[in-house]
Amino acid sequence: MAAINFGYTISKPRAIDIDRNNLRKSDEILHEMPELQACIGCGSCTAVCTAGNLTSFNFRKVHTLVRRGEYEGAYEEMNKCMLCGKCRLVCPRGINTRGVAMLIKRKLGDF
Amino acid sequence: MKRVIVIGGGVAGMQTALRLADDGCDPLILEKEGELGGKLRDWYVLFPTFTPASEVLAELKGRVIRRGIEVRTSAEVAAFTPHSVTLAGGETLACDAVVVATGFTLFDARIKEEYGYGIYDNVVTSADLERMFAEGRVAKSDGSRPRRIAFLHCVGSRDEKVCQSHCSRVCCITGVKQAMEMKRLFPEADVFNFYMDIRMFGPGYEEMYREAQQRCNIHFVRGRISEASPTIDGRIQIKAEDTLTGRPLKMSVDMLVLLVGMRANDSNARFAAQSGVERSPSGFLAPKSLFLDGVRSTAEGIFYAGTVTAPKSVGECVCEGYAAADAAAEYVKER
Amino acid sequence: MMKRNSWNEYQKQIADDRYYYGRSCIRQNFFPGSEKAFIDILRGDLGKDLLDDPLHSSCTGIGYHSDIVPLETIMTVVARQFALMGEAGYENFVTSCITSFGVYTEVLATWAEFPETEERTRENLFKATGREFRKPASLAHTSDVMFHFRERIAAQAARRLVNAATGEPLKVVEHIGCHYAKIFPKSGIGGSEFPYVLAGMVEAWGGECVDYPERRHCCGFGFRNYLVQANRGYSIANSHKKLESMAPYKPDFIVANCPGCAMFLDKWQYAIAEMEGTTYGENGHGIPVLTYEEMAGLVLGYDPWELGMQMHQVDVEPLLDKMGVDYDPAAKYLGRNGKYIGKPASAVVNCSATDTVYDIRE
Repeated sequence: MAAINFGYTISKPRAIDIDRNNLRKSDEILHEMPELQACIGCGSCTAVCTAGNLTSFNFRKVHTLVRRGEYEGAYEEMNKCMLCGKCRLVCPRGINTRGVAMLIKRKLGDF
Repeated sequence: MKRVIVIGGGVAGMQTALRLADDGCDPLILEKEGELGGKLRDWYVLFPTFTPASEVLAELKGRVIRRGIEVRTSAEVAAFTPHSVTLAGGETLACDAVVVATGFTLFDARIKEEYGYGIYDNVVTSADLERMFAEGRVAKSDGSRPRRIAFLHCVGSRDEKVCQSHCSRVCCITGVKQAMEMKRLFPEADVFNFYMDIRMFGPGYEEMYREAQQRCNIHFVRGRISEASPTIDGRIQIKAEDTLTGRPLKMSVDMLVLLVGMRANDSNARFAAQSGVERSPSGFLAPKSLFLDGVRSTAEGIFYAGTVTAPKSVGECVCEGYAAADAAAEYVKER
Repeated sequence: MMKRNSWNEYQKQIADDRYYYGRSCIRQNFFPGSEKAFIDILRGDLGKDLLDDPLHSSCTGIGYHSDIVPLETIMTVVARQFALMGEAGYENFVTSCITSFGVYTEVLATWAEFPETEERTRENLFKATGREFRKPASLAHTSDVMFHFRERIAAQAARRLVNAATGEPLKVVEHIGCHYAKIFPKSGIGGSEFPYVLAGMVEAWGGECVDYPERRHCCGFGFRNYLVQANRGYSIANSHKKLESMAPYKPDFIVANCPGCAMFLDKWQYAIAEMEGTTYGENGHGIPVLTYEEMAGLVLGYDPWELGMQMHQVDVEPLLDKMGVDYDPAAKYLGRNGKYIGKPASAVVNCSATDTVYDIRE
């Protein structure tokens, strides 16, 4: 059956659907680096981020999305990281943020 | 000896009476329920140490009994002045001062209709969960093990829609504590805490929060659940915003735990009208000063201990018991 | 059976008789038989007095919600309806549209909160029309009135909302419409989270309501949103979300409270089927969508074509068969005086045979 074009399409849901998302990669990442779960979302990492000040890169948001099983584009985003290490200096929870960027890239190269 | 009547036999009231006895006064505890203990009777273990509530309660009650303090249970107070307390039955008791330790009321979660408490199976309150812990039977309503559990912070707190603008303080740490207990009972389950702010105000609380996150793998999502609805397989679908990613989020869970807040007793309004003490906008009774007179009321001879003035932890209530007793003892001696 | 424990806390005063009827704009086009059915049921079956006043106008709610009609104007229009009601000697306003009901409720609340706006409206109305008005003694939506008489209708019922073959209650999805109680929860029976206005009718007439995950979600109408073609993608996505969510429960029909919702839930099923090939009802067809008047009319034994059910996008015949309703398939597209009114082209969501008697007449 040929679909009729009414001049619009049905918008796809924007919600993060935890029932649908596959959390296996996320669990692997958190298993290797449980300290990432101690993030309190303060945004210090993103505030000082060399790349984030000049691009749309938001380290805090990307790793939070990864933890929810939203992997698409995370690898490309993490590639913007310059590995300068400033984020790790400022993290009040002592998270190895630089390591998180590397880990996400290693785990999510296929997405 | 000067008679000081302590209204309320919870932790604050019991400690007040003990200290009054130390101070050379003659205390009388009036408890509206059939036994001493107040809200703590319904609690299983206490944050941040997982100390059984019964241990704390048994110790305090033991001291009250050993000390021979006069207690009247099933004695509901209708009205009081600094020099007399009238019981609901009409009996009037004379005294030299009154310490009000009438505590708080748990927020009725049914008022937040969108969460379906009392309608959907497996939507429970933090108080229900404590009871389940105490009974040693935590399970879904069909008896099965929950695989995914969500906790919702601030139910009946910081919510102008239900006329409860204040923060109930202890629910955040209770949420962390209960999430850890659930994870201990159901290690294979995923546990999510939905919060607006995490307020870890006490000693050891922040450390406990971190442990919950890092060691127990409990997920904390900053966003308030907007509604709960049933799914075809008897679970609960919840919706929230994951504010840290700026995206709506939804999932189905086997159990939804509502961390209910502490609200002011309805009797506070009556007491304030009758005895000239003042109430805060939150409905709790207002101390004379938040800094130097936290256990004194704005009326002579009436003192406060515990959560009658604001939400507090058990330890804080016990401390106020000492302070209120000393203030009352000082007052009756000067008269 | 869906559990609810709070609907009794949300009650409102509904007059017993002598109603001034405010019609809807779009129902005249999409569900033209429903308003007539309301009048017939109230006057004929219930013996009530209802004035269907040709002088009254649109409440201008569509224009208001599309940012075309300003607040002052809509308040004056509302005041004019009240003036007409007073002049006709009535004081119980009953409106046939959720948008209008929301508008009237909002205007009355605004006047109560800011009395100076009421004064200004009085001046505006007098300047424009020379009329004066009194506020209604009671304001109700037509479904409120139907709910009010649900037990009487049940007592007079010709058939019930049960499967005639199995005796099982029909599974019904009720959809309330946002402006019924989401703006002023106390203005709706049962409040906003567990509204009981339609559920009360369904249960009184033998059916069973389905509580599904997206029950409280908006149909996506939203006025300016769907009016603009570029926005229709997210407008239709809301109905899509609801249909996806309710489909596993296999509802026998949907009953809607609001003209826009009834239209959307019915017609979007066609659009979704044609765009994506997805259908939500039995045998690859759509789920019939009824107005509460149609539901009441079927219960009271009205002829489905007299109720205007041939105007639906999704065919209602499977439901009629299930309920054991006696109808003449050949009379479906015969309008007043037996005149042929034309027939829609066949579509995926529909199920009736395309080669019927009308083609011969064509």
